[in-house]
Amino acid sequence: MSFSEWLDMGGYALYVWGSFGMTALCMIAEPLLLNRSSKAIRQRIARLNRIEG
Amino acid sequence: MKARHQRLSLIVIGLAILGLATYLVLNALEGNLSYFFSPSQVHNGEAPKDHVFRLGGMVEKGSVKRAEGDLTVNFVVTDNNKTMAVAYTGILPDLFEEGQGVIAQGKLNADNVFIADEVLAKHDENYMPPEVAAAMQAGKEAAAK
Amino acid sequence: MQSKLFNWFKFSSPATFYPLAGSIARFSWLITLALLAVGLYMSFFVAPTDYKQGEGYRIIFIHVPASWMSMFTYLVMAFWSILGLMYNTRLSSMMTQALAPTGAMFAFVSLWTGAFWGKPMWGTWWVWDARITSELILLFLYLGYIALHGAIDDKRRADKAGAILILVGVVNIPIIYYSVEWWNTLHQGATIKMNDKSTMDETMKITMLIMTFGCWAYTIAIAMQRVRNIILEREHGAQWVRELIGEKA
Repeated sequence: MSFSEWLDMGGYALYVWGSFGMTALCMIAEPLLLNRSSKAIRQRIARLNRIEG
Repeated sequence: MKARHQRLSLIVIGLAILGLATYLVLNALEGNLSYFFSPSQVHNGEAPKDHVFRLGGMVEKGSVKRAEGDLTVNFVVTDNNKTMAVAYTGILPDLFEEGQGVIAQGKLNADNVFIADEVLAKHDENYMPPEVAAAMQAGKEAAAK
Repeated sequence: MQSKLFNWFKFSSPATFYPLAGSIARFSWLITLALLAVGLYMSFFVAPTDYKQGEGYRIIFIHVPASWMSMFTYLVMAFWSILGLMYNTRLSSMMTQALAPTGAMFAFVSLWTGAFWGKPMWGTWWVWDARITSELILLFLYLGYIALHGAIDDKRRADKAGAILILVGVVNIPIIYYSVEWWNTLHQGATIKMNDKSTMDETMKITMLIMTFGCWAYTIAIAMQRVRNIILEREHGAQWVRELIGEKA
């Protein structure tokens, strides 16, 4: 099977890639957002520590 | 009794009451939660007479007919007990096939034919490669002989 | 609850659980990547074509795991909610809080992939049948919990209100599961049945299970990371947190 045949998923390309694509988006965005908020929380606490000494 | 045991009892009783309430509500709603009526239910008079409803069942083998020069397709829906004739003008889903599940939405006309404005294919929960399906089919045909 | 072998309550303190959660998260991420890599490869290159749905059925390898995770995560949240209400421990409520967004994500993915699967196979993006409607209600319960918990400033009261909401909604889980048996639905019945007479090719079944365990490991990893965030946020005044973070984040 050629690559473009595989990509076509027997005519169901929109539905298969639409599904896996959205899922991949969610499962990549979630940890990234979590890392970002982790950084923000630590910075906030560090700032509080500096202010309150 | 320790406070936490008391809290646990309250939770358990609360959940039990909730479960009972849900059961009673669902029981009362019964028919309205089902997505379609079967042909038997329609024959029993359970489906609305002058109102749109959904009819579900299997497409009877050999019943699909397309009139010449007409976009309308006629077929029969069965639940292996009673049948209903259906007429539909429109595009049928890919998985629509004789011997497979179908759900049609529409109304009964004066001749007790179900005029559908939408037809959905219902598939079962079986998944297998084509070779296995072919082998099963051959086995079924051999057993029928 | 004092067992001679292990003092469980030691870990109900956020301070002691924080480093443990970190270890669990790291380990779980490794498992997640391994399982999802193998699972995705099998989904596209090993599992055979389906006799009826062709290549389109492969959506099952993400739709079913996501659906199961959305239901299972909610049950775990219900477990932590009961524990939190019973023992009044902060960490139990923090675990509930940590799981909610991921549960909501999987409920959304279940509905999205279901819609993309329904359009070619059934002929429609959406129907209000019992299975799909109750899964949508599950998504609303998750979002409702997140909104409710966020809206109440006193976090201990938020924990209690949230726990009650979760427990009220837990009756939805058996409804989702048994909907296809109790009522006439467009959605088909269960492929993997508990009495083991499942109607699925062996390779397809193994692929689906690997993807499921991968999503499970993912949920554990994310929840552990998120609970660490929640602990830092809610315990930010505690001495151990101040010392841990110091003055440079």
